[in-house]
Amino acid sequence: MKGYTWRVVVVLGVLLAAVVYVVPTFKPGIWPHKQINLGLDLQGGMHLALEVETQKAVDGTLDRIQGELRSLLREERIRHSRMETSGDNGLVIGLMDADDVEKVEDLIENEFEEVSVRSSSRTQNDVKVKIAIIGERAGQIRDQAVEQALETIRNRIDQFGVSEPDIRVQGERRILIQLPGVTDTDRAKELIGRTAQLEFKLLDEDNSLQRALEGQVPPGSEILYQSGDTAQEGRRPYLVKKDTLLTGAYLEDARVKIDSQYNEPYVTIDFDRRGARIFERITAENVKKHLAIVLDNNVYSAPVIQEKIGGGTARITGNFSMQEAHDLAIVLRAGALPAPVEIIEERTVGPSLGHDSIRMGLISMAVGGILVLLFMAVYYQLAGLIANTALVVNILFIAAGLAAFGATLTLPGIAGIILTIGMAVDANVIIFERIREEQRLGKTPASAVAAGFDRAAVAVLDANVTTLIAALVLYQFGTGPVRGFAVTLSLGVLASLFTALFACRLIFDYFYSVRRMKTLSI
Amino acid sequence: MEIIKPGINFDFIGRRYLGYGISALLLIASLLTLVINAGPNFGIDFVGGTIVQVQFDRKVKIADVKTGLDQIGLGGSAVQRFGAAEHNEFLIRTNDPLSTGDDFSEHISSALSASTDAAPEIRRVEMVGPQVGETLREKALFALFYALLFITIYISGRFEMKWMLSAATAGALIGAVYLFSLFNVSIPFLILVALIVSLVLFYQLHLRFAMGATVALIHDVTITVGVFTLLGKEFSLPIVAALLTIIGYSLNDTIIVFDRIRENLRRHNRSSLEGNINRSINETLSRTILTSATTLMVLLCLFFLGGDIIHDFALAMIIGVVIGTYSSVFVASPMLLFMAGGAAPPQRTAASEAA
Repeated sequence: MKGYTWRVVVVLGVLLAAVVYVVPTFKPGIWPHKQINLGLDLQGGMHLALEVETQKAVDGTLDRIQGELRSLLREERIRHSRMETSGDNGLVIGLMDADDVEKVEDLIENEFEEVSVRSSSRTQNDVKVKIAIIGERAGQIRDQAVEQALETIRNRIDQFGVSEPDIRVQGERRILIQLPGVTDTDRAKELIGRTAQLEFKLLDEDNSLQRALEGQVPPGSEILYQSGDTAQEGRRPYLVKKDTLLTGAYLEDARVKIDSQYNEPYVTIDFDRRGARIFERITAENVKKHLAIVLDNNVYSAPVIQEKIGGGTARITGNFSMQEAHDLAIVLRAGALPAPVEIIEERTVGPSLGHDSIRMGLISMAVGGILVLLFMAVYYQLAGLIANTALVVNILFIAAGLAAFGATLTLPGIAGIILTIGMAVDANVIIFERIREEQRLGKTPASAVAAGFDRAAVAVLDANVTTLIAALVLYQFGTGPVRGFAVTLSLGVLASLFTALFACRLIFDYFYSVRRMKTLSI
Repeated sequence: MEIIKPGINFDFIGRRYLGYGISALLLIASLLTLVINAGPNFGIDFVGGTIVQVQFDRKVKIADVKTGLDQIGLGGSAVQRFGAAEHNEFLIRTNDPLSTGDDFSEHISSALSASTDAAPEIRRVEMVGPQVGETLREKALFALFYALLFITIYISGRFEMKWMLSAATAGALIGAVYLFSLFNVSIPFLILVALIVSLVLFYQLHLRFAMGATVALIHDVTITVGVFTLLGKEFSLPIVAALLTIIGYSLNDTIIVFDRIRENLRRHNRSSLEGNINRSINETLSRTILTSATTLMVLLCLFFLGGDIIHDFALAMIIGVVIGTYSSVFVASPMLLFMAGGAAPPQRTAASEAA
């Protein structure tokens, strides 16, 4: 038989490789260390898609520029009547003196690289300069916001301790997060979704909180509420100055400590050197005043500054549970999100449902497989047994392929394998029916087998290529579990092509060409 | 052992008008169903919304579940039993993509345990925002479209050896779709345009195998979606996967028959096209029935034993396999005859001879 030996070598080689790749899944720790990953739907866990509100990052930049510009104008003694944002990422600065327009324009061009002057107008009673964030710069800010958000979230999740998280950017402003095995989903969402913008602000003690609550909020101040889940008591309001004295950007570390007196956890934060200097100056300048510690626009506490605080350490107290304090420390350490994020898709599967899915998937696979094996053995006898061998090897190949490519097995993926079991016999059926036809024409077993395989090969190939095309398209457009289905289906098609056209033929050749068996059992 | 005896010669082509009738009936019923229901019954994957699957440790009443949901402002949700009654499992669904932050599961859990007096376990939460729903819908439609496109190119190339022609067809098709997409038309409409354009092209260029296969595909997908909608089942991402697989499977069947027709046309070139088609269907009948039987066998296992989450997927596949098997015999093959009788006389080009 021509080329018989090398074909044996190929089949045995592929078989050996498949076994090598499958073994680590059942006995972890063995080379090549590649296991079949289970999808979230099989092991439990959560899938989140977040949308980064990138416009907020642009707005934030504009706020910062507004603050810097204000103090710069003060330094330069340029008097301005108003400064307000306009819709298109811009600011309108109203000036008192028409002669200042050029000065302001120069200032903008020299000191700020993010904005440019759009227009200036000098009318009788209105002198104003309009500036706006440069178009491409706004785009950069958006892109950076997404990148930074990704990095921050990755940091937080790492510290939270999830094995094998998958975090990636999708499209322009979406972030996909897969956390296998996470059971406390509320906690995970809280940890990921929190902006964690830490700010230190002074309380406005010159104006009445009562009047502000009635609607007369003094300019430059705002009402913020105490954090915590105390809705029934009514959340305590604070009148806080808008100016932020210090932010979490200067933070170096955050740790949980236990108050020895009340046995309550609190979070201490350490500033870096620059932050420590700012903190020292703030506390020195504002002794006997209340300093509010604000996180995501919630006031955590507003202690009185007793004296200048050096050393750059502050503490955040609140009615924390140990876990809350721990999570707060994580988000502070990992840094703030550059823009808020919104959960736009969530899929959570509890571990018990995952186990049920695996069990039922495997049961249906076993029952379906056995039925098909029995059927083939009865219908085609010896040839059926050969096809059955191929079928079992097929499943081994799919498993090995999943492990080797690091693909993920999902519930639809198991369905894909089950479907492959049904469809894999198709190639064998096409070939066997053809052999029977050839046999009826009176050919000897050996030539009937050869002619059957030759004539059926084209049909088998065509039939499988179309399924493969559908599977590949599915892979390209599918997400999550559906992708898992596409992977097993593609692997199944490829494996069945190999087993039916190559491996099975080898076995037939062994029986009818090498051993020269006289009767064809088909 | 043999189910179909060799030498069988059932007159499929002679009964093709019966097939046309059945197909027309099924198609009209499907389209009517779709029109009445204003499209398939899209699940949250495509329109956005929230599903919570919850299991209780003892028997509870649906009314109690609803009371509990009412208390946390989810009174408008649909609550339905999921799976076998003894599992005490329910699906809660709303078309609102609820904000699932803020201790969402905990809220639901405590409200439900208060109202039902049983301990609930949140087994699954799925929330899809409207923006995501739209993205997923577009992706799914494009997947169906590209699958159709690539497969028809493959078929017309492979069976008629008109690779250049099929590539040109594909180019024209993509051009037409691009042109229409400039006008911002909706994607379902775009795909409809694409299908019509490709059918007209196939007819004009006399790509009869591609024509037959494409008509069968449209037939199968439409009827599967129709029957699925008629049964009140929900259309989700896995169902799209099932549809794509059906496309692959139905073609599988069609191609085996076509392959034999091509071979017989070459071998028995003096007998009529009608006779050749009939002979080919009969010769491959045994294989058609066997493969469909084994595939159905495993799908039925999946349907009955695979668990509730995979239930609808298996159902869609079962419908598709049955329709796909039928269409390869009664729709795709007669289309060849229709093409032969219509545009041009049956011809064997030099190219197909060479194949």
